[in-house]
Amino acid sequence: MSTNPPLLEIKNLNVSYHTRKGDVPAVIDFNLTLNAGESVGLVGESGCGKSTVSLALMRYMGNNGSISGGQVFFMGRDMATFSNEELRALRGSKIAMIYQEPFAALNPCMTIGKQLLEVPLTHEDISESEAKARTLQLLDDVRLPDPQRIIESYPHQLSGGQQQRVVIAMALLSNPKLLLLDEPTTALDVTVEAAIVNIVRDISKKYGTAMIYVSHNMGLILKTCERVAVMYSGQVIEEGKVQDIFVNSRHPYTRGLFRCIPNITADKNSRPLSPIRGQLPLATNRPKGCYFGPRCDFFEEEKCGKDLIPISVADSNGQRVRCTRWQEIDWDNYHPEVNQREKAAIGETLVQVRDVKKTYELPSESPLGLFGGGKREVKAVQDLSFEAKRKEIVAIVGESGCGKSTFAKVLMGLEGGSGGSIVMGNEDLAVLPVGDRTSETIAAVQMIFQNPNDTLNPTHSVGAQIARSIRKLGAASGEDVERKVDSLLDLVKLPRSYKNYKPSQLSGGQKQRIGIARAFAGRANLIVADEPVSALDVSVQAAVIDLLLDIQAKNDTTLLFISHDLSLVRYLADRIIVMYLGRIMEQGQTKDIFAPPYHPYTEALLSAVPIADHRIEKEEIILEGELPSAINPPPGCPFSSRCPRKIEGVCDKELPPKRVFPDGHEIYCHIEEQELKKMQPVFRMIEKVQTTA
Amino acid sequence: MLLLILRRFSVLVLTMLAMSLMVFAVLETNPEGLARKAIGQFSTVAQRTAWLARENYYVSVSDAEEKVAFEEKGYVTFSVNEGDWLIAHAPEEGVVYPDKKISEMVDDEVNVIRALQVPMAKRYVTWLGKFVVGDFGYSYRYKVPVSKVLWPRLLETGKLIALVLLFMIPLSLLLGVLAGMREGSFQDRAFSFISIMTTSVPEFASAVLLAAVFVFWLGWLPGTSSMSSGFSWAEMVLPVTVVTLYATGYIARITRASMAEVMRSHFIRTARLKGLSRRQVIMRHALRNALITPVTAILLQIPWLLSGVIVVEYFFAYKGFGTLLWEAINNTDPFLIEACAMVSVVVVVTSQLIMDVLYIYINPRIRFQ
Amino acid sequence: MKYLLKLIFSIRESRVGMIGLAICLFWVLVAIFADVLAPFDPLAIVAPMASPGFSSEQGILWLGGDFLGRDIMSRIIHGARTVLLWAPVATACAYAIGIMLGLTAGYYGGFVDEVLSFFANMVLAFPVLVLLILIISILGASPLSIVVAVTFASSPAVFRLVRGEVLSIRSRDFIAAAKTRGENIFYILFIEILPNAKAPLIVDACLRMGYTTIFIGILGFLGLGFPPPTPDWGGMINENRAIALVAPHMTIFPCLAVSSLVLGLNLLADGISEVSKKI
Repeated sequence: MSTNPPLLEIKNLNVSYHTRKGDVPAVIDFNLTLNAGESVGLVGESGCGKSTVSLALMRYMGNNGSISGGQVFFMGRDMATFSNEELRALRGSKIAMIYQEPFAALNPCMTIGKQLLEVPLTHEDISESEAKARTLQLLDDVRLPDPQRIIESYPHQLSGGQQQRVVIAMALLSNPKLLLLDEPTTALDVTVEAAIVNIVRDISKKYGTAMIYVSHNMGLILKTCERVAVMYSGQVIEEGKVQDIFVNSRHPYTRGLFRCIPNITADKNSRPLSPIRGQLPLATNRPKGCYFGPRCDFFEEEKCGKDLIPISVADSNGQRVRCTRWQEIDWDNYHPEVNQREKAAIGETLVQVRDVKKTYELPSESPLGLFGGGKREVKAVQDLSFEAKRKEIVAIVGESGCGKSTFAKVLMGLEGGSGGSIVMGNEDLAVLPVGDRTSETIAAVQMIFQNPNDTLNPTHSVGAQIARSIRKLGAASGEDVERKVDSLLDLVKLPRSYKNYKPSQLSGGQKQRIGIARAFAGRANLIVADEPVSALDVSVQAAVIDLLLDIQAKNDTTLLFISHDLSLVRYLADRIIVMYLGRIMEQGQTKDIFAPPYHPYTEALLSAVPIADHRIEKEEIILEGELPSAINPPPGCPFSSRCPRKIEGVCDKELPPKRVFPDGHEIYCHIEEQELKKMQPVFRMIEKVQTTA
Repeated sequence: MLLLILRRFSVLVLTMLAMSLMVFAVLETNPEGLARKAIGQFSTVAQRTAWLARENYYVSVSDAEEKVAFEEKGYVTFSVNEGDWLIAHAPEEGVVYPDKKISEMVDDEVNVIRALQVPMAKRYVTWLGKFVVGDFGYSYRYKVPVSKVLWPRLLETGKLIALVLLFMIPLSLLLGVLAGMREGSFQDRAFSFISIMTTSVPEFASAVLLAAVFVFWLGWLPGTSSMSSGFSWAEMVLPVTVVTLYATGYIARITRASMAEVMRSHFIRTARLKGLSRRQVIMRHALRNALITPVTAILLQIPWLLSGVIVVEYFFAYKGFGTLLWEAINNTDPFLIEACAMVSVVVVVTSQLIMDVLYIYINPRIRFQ
Repeated sequence: MKYLLKLIFSIRESRVGMIGLAICLFWVLVAIFADVLAPFDPLAIVAPMASPGFSSEQGILWLGGDFLGRDIMSRIIHGARTVLLWAPVATACAYAIGIMLGLTAGYYGGFVDEVLSFFANMVLAFPVLVLLILIISILGASPLSIVVAVTFASSPAVFRLVRGEVLSIRSRDFIAAAKTRGENIFYILFIEILPNAKAPLIVDACLRMGYTTIFIGILGFLGLGFPPPTPDWGGMINENRAIALVAPHMTIFPCLAVSSLVLGLNLLADGISEVSKKI
């Protein structure tokens, strides 16, 4: 250790927000020491205060937030003693920030160039041409093509990934000592995320910048940080070197969190998730003593339920834990109850999807558009064919714009298909809008929606909405409805009293449960679940998935699970369909998708997924370029514009052929079968794990 | 971008056509009533028919074929199609045809003369055609062609509106920006209260109240603004103040809301965390974004301003477009009413076009699509 | 209804809302109890040109008499009844039409929406007052024609508001959920969509009532409103305008009456929009 003070030292920081009902603490007793060039991750679920910490470091907390205690030393100096002028000089030059939503973070009325140049021109005494040269250099560093064009553009002319690169460049322009990253890739697709994370890592290395990386994703932290602090409800509950936390976490919450994250190498039968029970506490209504107490299996009223728990040093590696009982817990003999499932027997074919197409028409940009001529087409789904059997879970995965949700709408009859057929029983659902379906068909196909805040009508009570579904789907009538509502609430493990609640009184996870209850109100043969848990926190997500799988198995329902999350799909699906820009790239049994031969896109996708498991090593494949728009897809194979295995002159000309492998495994690619078979697995288990101990 | 303007322009032309159709439908479908309005409640049927024939509402018998028939037989028969209008009346009323007295052309045995109305569609086209070339017809109130009174009056109103805009725009934007800059501050609440007060006092009320104070009690300003002895700034003060007051509050409220929203947005946070000063953030980042909405609102406000101007002109006897319209209506001067209505349509639609262009210009999200 | 009560109950949390509610309630009570409150018959000639506070044989004319000698206070009190009867009626008509067309346009979109929006924008672009004057000049001055004129001029604004709300609500998942369980259009429009738009609609209704009050005032002021001798605030200003410069009290009090009612409605709207975000 040098005698220099650490770059950043936070001591007992407390932040609270003022509301009508009094002060609400958002961050409690936060301690952190960060040396130059070091990277620390702040990880936790929504409302845990992780983003508040980063804004508090900037001393920017809006109108109603304030630092209510503690000190922050930056380069040895207490930040409370900084004048407004000094703070301003610090912001953007010594400490810079990268935000969650790049589009919102950029001024829509200003060119990128102006917004970037502002940074050096404000903080340094340099000429405009010098500043411009540096800006162009940095845009090149963040691997943006054609920087000259970029600086003349407005934010809306760039894609999400490009915008985030611009924000990163903006943060690095004055060569900051400390970089705060607030969920920088949450709004981006996974392949774009992988590229951004790489840039951040490389650049911080190149410029020696210290980082505080705020994220809800353990996998990303493992990829980017040296140390990590796990937060829960405003407190850091465990802190240490990333490897140590992954190998030997000591807090029941951290342990529980790992048990909630689906692992990309295992499925629901071999390694079932074990959800943390209960809900995240509201900031206004935290329990006494340990905030995690009510959800903890080791809770003892005497030890945990009285006073605020202090954080204590657990070992010589600097691992610290906020738990009074960490020394008593015998993790080797702790086996929480899990829902062990048998692999279900798959039944007959239920739905046969053949060559489904969906094309949207957009008004043209050409002068003809004025008179309704020259329409442009967006081919949202093209030639989608697959079948789903009874009791089977079929997953459709892909990034945004791949057509997975559009297909769900066609299947549900919310939008008419433009071609092909979806045969179920004796009916072709592709040409049958929901208004023309019989009530039996309607009851047989139901849907679970993505956004918990949108899935229920905010004006009607939960019970009324479930009851309405029961009646419309013909499951019960008259006085039986009330009984059926109760039984559905029991089914989704919510108290019966909830039927009188308005949706705004429920948490996200509870709303999704109601959504599930509603979908199963009739006798559904097929349930379409469109990203049902992607908006939920990890610990809640696991419980909802568990519930959904239970009900699905009990009712012998076929589940069409639409998701962008490969780990989750790996966990629950029997068969997987990988889509890209409206077309199927690959489909097959889950185990076949996750092992070679891969489609090059699947390979890249797997490589891009952040994995919260230190034992897994990955092949690194970074895709160049951005996701093309569905309005203007590349000719030939849609993936050809980004494919690292592209065959020049073939892939960008013709649609790829279907290559068939055993067990119904299909890959749409120009690469020969033998070549595909030679591919190496993306994941490797590391045998021996080296800890710093 | 040019395309966008072109598209908007075609929509506006369509709007204008539809509006003209509406004005036409409201005022011109009943020629009898129109004639009554033009030459008076107590005119005879004959006089009205003559007027209508002269104004080309009826087909005149001068059409060659019918003239021959008339000369041969002494009367005319028309073929009547479904939907045509028939004006029929007894001969003793002395119906007059364009150039001959009825007694000269009516056979004793024929006691009904028929005049055929020109088809509506054809009339609309000629009517619109005349408007396009600036022929607004004749004003029976002023005994001159409408255009002779209309243009000078419009100019006067233009002066009034120009002055109002001159004061209103900076005032309302300033008020709104200052209020929205710090949401919930004292300055915000004070300015918001002023805005809501001024929008709550309608023009006729503020005219009365201001006139009572400045004319009756203080005697500082003249109570009428008829400009009878040439243009006078003193006479402009009250009318301009009254209209400005009402409009300012409205625009200031819109500006405040827009500014407050921008100040809450993430890119303002970005700018602050870049290390810019509050002043720089507001001048460089907030204003441009915050002013998009109010600028368009100001131009959308023009139809409302026109309403306020009518009230104010009427109250202060200002000889502008508003009083002209009021007089036209009170004296049922049909062509003048039509002209006023059409002119306001043109003014409004033009201001909308300007607004569209301006909106496209100040909003890069639309400019560079 | 329950929601409305809840709103009014929670308006306590907003100071401006409370002031607005108080002013509006004051005028509503005045209108209801006009017969009791008014010291004179609004049409009776008591004391010509009396100044405020003049005591006649029949009693004191607190606000003076008008050009014919009718008691101004009694006329204002009865005028409250006129405006508080016809302004809500006209606003309600505008709402009925605006909501129907707005729901239709917002839900169906496409061609129906384009045509309806085109006409709405056209009416909105027309100077309101010119439009009102034109309509009244054709129909003649009567309460009915005032209602027709105001409905015609305001319903496009309601239409636009409703349409916008429907457009944003109909893309939400719970509407898709309703469709996938086979609900018909009417259920979706009136049970699923409309209740979610109530907050902005109630706020707008308050504001619009203020506009309508102003419209009625302007029409009366221009001599195109309720036919005399109906006690009507705008009409009172018009009647007494000729001698307003000699006896300003005849016009000032009706002006204050109109302005305070509009202010009350505007403040109430502000208050409601503030508290509706919280409940």
